[in-house]
Amino acid sequence: MPEANNEDAPDIEDALVRRGTRTAAPSAIASGRHAMSVEVALTVFRQMLRTRALEERSIKMSKSGEAYFWIGGPGEEAFNVCLGLQINRGRGPAHDYLHLHYRNAGVMLAMGMPMIDHTRQLAMRATDRHSRGRNFVGHYAVPEWNVVPVTSVIEVQFAMAPGTALVQKRHGLKNPAEAEGITVVVGGEAGTAEGDFESCLNWSTRPGNELPVLMVVTNNNYGISTDLGTVHAHRPIADRAIPYGVRCETINGNDPVAAWHGIDRAMRYCRRERKPYLLEAVVSRLHGHSSSSGAQRNWTEADPIAAFEQKLIDARAIDAPTVRVMKEEAKAEADAAVVATMKEPEPSRDDVYAGTYAPSPADAVYPGDYTGLPGIK
Amino acid sequence: MANMAQAVRMALHYGEKHLGVTDVFGEDVGPPLGGVFTATQGLKTAWNTPLDERGIIGTAMGIAYAGGRPVCEIQFCDYAFNVLDMFKIAGNQRWASGGGFDMPLVVMTPNGAGIRGSLYHSHSFESWASRLAGWKVVMPSNARDAYGLMLAAIKDPNPVLVLLPKALLRAKDPRLIPGEPADPDELGRMIDAPVGDRTGWEPNWPELEDYTIPIGTAERVREGASGTVISYGRTLPLCVQAADELAHRNHAFDVIDLRSIFPYDWELISRSVLKTGRVLIVNEDTEVTNFGEHLLRRVVDEHFYDLVVRPRTLMGKHVPGIGMNQNYELNSVPQLGDIRAAMWALATEAA
Repeated sequence: MPEANNEDAPDIEDALVRRGTRTAAPSAIASGRHAMSVEVALTVFRQMLRTRALEERSIKMSKSGEAYFWIGGPGEEAFNVCLGLQINRGRGPAHDYLHLHYRNAGVMLAMGMPMIDHTRQLAMRATDRHSRGRNFVGHYAVPEWNVVPVTSVIEVQFAMAPGTALVQKRHGLKNPAEAEGITVVVGGEAGTAEGDFESCLNWSTRPGNELPVLMVVTNNNYGISTDLGTVHAHRPIADRAIPYGVRCETINGNDPVAAWHGIDRAMRYCRRERKPYLLEAVVSRLHGHSSSSGAQRNWTEADPIAAFEQKLIDARAIDAPTVRVMKEEAKAEADAAVVATMKEPEPSRDDVYAGTYAPSPADAVYPGDYTGLPGIK
Repeated sequence: MANMAQAVRMALHYGEKHLGVTDVFGEDVGPPLGGVFTATQGLKTAWNTPLDERGIIGTAMGIAYAGGRPVCEIQFCDYAFNVLDMFKIAGNQRWASGGGFDMPLVVMTPNGAGIRGSLYHSHSFESWASRLAGWKVVMPSNARDAYGLMLAAIKDPNPVLVLLPKALLRAKDPRLIPGEPADPDELGRMIDAPVGDRTGWEPNWPELEDYTIPIGTAERVREGASGTVISYGRTLPLCVQAADELAHRNHAFDVIDLRSIFPYDWELISRSVLKTGRVLIVNEDTEVTNFGEHLLRRVVDEHFYDLVVRPRTLMGKHVPGIGMNQNYELNSVPQLGDIRAAMWALATEAA
């Protein structure tokens, strides 16, 4: 059984001595015309560190053989954490529905998902609460939080989002006190080439039937290995909303302050107006598409964590030793999750049929569990 | 005496009133048309969608996720090829989530040949559908079964595809749906939308009752020892007609209306094959990788030594479509004469 992985490569960032330039502790962290309280900023920062630690540990798992395949979103921590922290979490149409894609570990950790819920799926354990060891990592499914199953199929979630939003809009009309729930659907910029993206815009804007859908496109500039510039005219993705009359914005998803406020503006609009909004967040891709492309660190991409760390230190909101401690805690948490995960059982051959069909009172063959072909003894 | 389109309409009304159906939707499903085959006229929750099959199935999935009870329509099953991957995903969501998410949606779509629908309105879909693990697939051959299977589909918490044989949508069923008025003209006056201006029209629904045909139950509609004929949909009444004709020539058949493609009633098939030792499977889907081949495989696997002659199939020809000229349609998919000849050959081959 593997022990905690203590063979981390030297952290280049740790070698840098970050020195503050301010003399008094701030009350807020500013970015352009936006500001964030120090308390929120440190919460965001801690969640970003946890997300990065989990992603880096996940990549190690895929390389060590503890996991078969990794895919995730290092570089998207700033945006994802800010999104997760602003979700109205719960079950049913009064709460937000999440149609995520497979780069959203930061969203889930910020919402409160323990790391082990991620590593269990990565290691294909029977204890994987999302898929029973059946799906790729990051393919979350949490009924209690309205997180519908993530698919590997690019962008199909955009076709489903109007459905949950339709139920939410009706629910809000019937129960004005609960008219808060919105649908958040997340995809990448490459996926916007699929028709399902256009379906979402169309179905969310039927005259008289506009729907509270927050469409998020995290633009990391690549679809697997294909540069966006070779497949898409140089207009912002957000401009796709214009012909539909949908409010839209492109934000710097690497800046937590900008991301927080961009998400806040979009969510407020969807919650209050019960109409759609398209938010494009420009983000980095630090480890390529997945383990299939090697998952090596790309040092030319901007690192949102390093930048925010420097900003917090510059503002004297935190000091370098405290950052180091926070990083060590995050790594230790990820290591502990992996160690615990690897002690857990794998699915058995008896699990193959489980969960195929829900028990049905209207079915003569499968009133209870599915048992394979009809009539097989 | 309802026809199949009226039966579907009444089932959807019953579903709205008693079974929690929240949305009946699709292309031209809502007012003013009420469906190109009139199966959704007058329904309270019926609404028109953009001409976007992917949006229809995706939105149905979303409604189902959020606690709604959607019934959506793909206007012709030929258009379902546009959403095969969405079907696959709808079918796998429960398995993919380890049982975490149910997917209670119903998709209905007209199926098959028989109305000169030409290349893009004549396809059969059940063989494709049978590969969609996680789905249940039913196909009625008469109006009362259509009512009963629709109610089962609505009650079932899994995705159910209801394939409606186009050629039978106007066929009247002499058996009454519970609650249906005995006079077919009276039924028409109550629930058929007027031609022309329908503004202000509302149906006067009869007091319908629950009549559910459990998914997975076939019906033996004729009985005999000369052979077992398994069919469904448009070809089923033709098999019955052929059986009635051949009964006068001293050959009586077990004719099984499968009704459910998946799950299917293996017990009934198996009992009949044990009795007759002779098997013919009839459908109109194209013959290469046809659902009938699956049934044939199981018959051979489990009843090889019970068979007295070779088991056989009668299916549609492996061509990419059905041409507009009637000669194409008549010669692409099994007709009465083909079926009668196949049944005669089955019954008379020396053991």
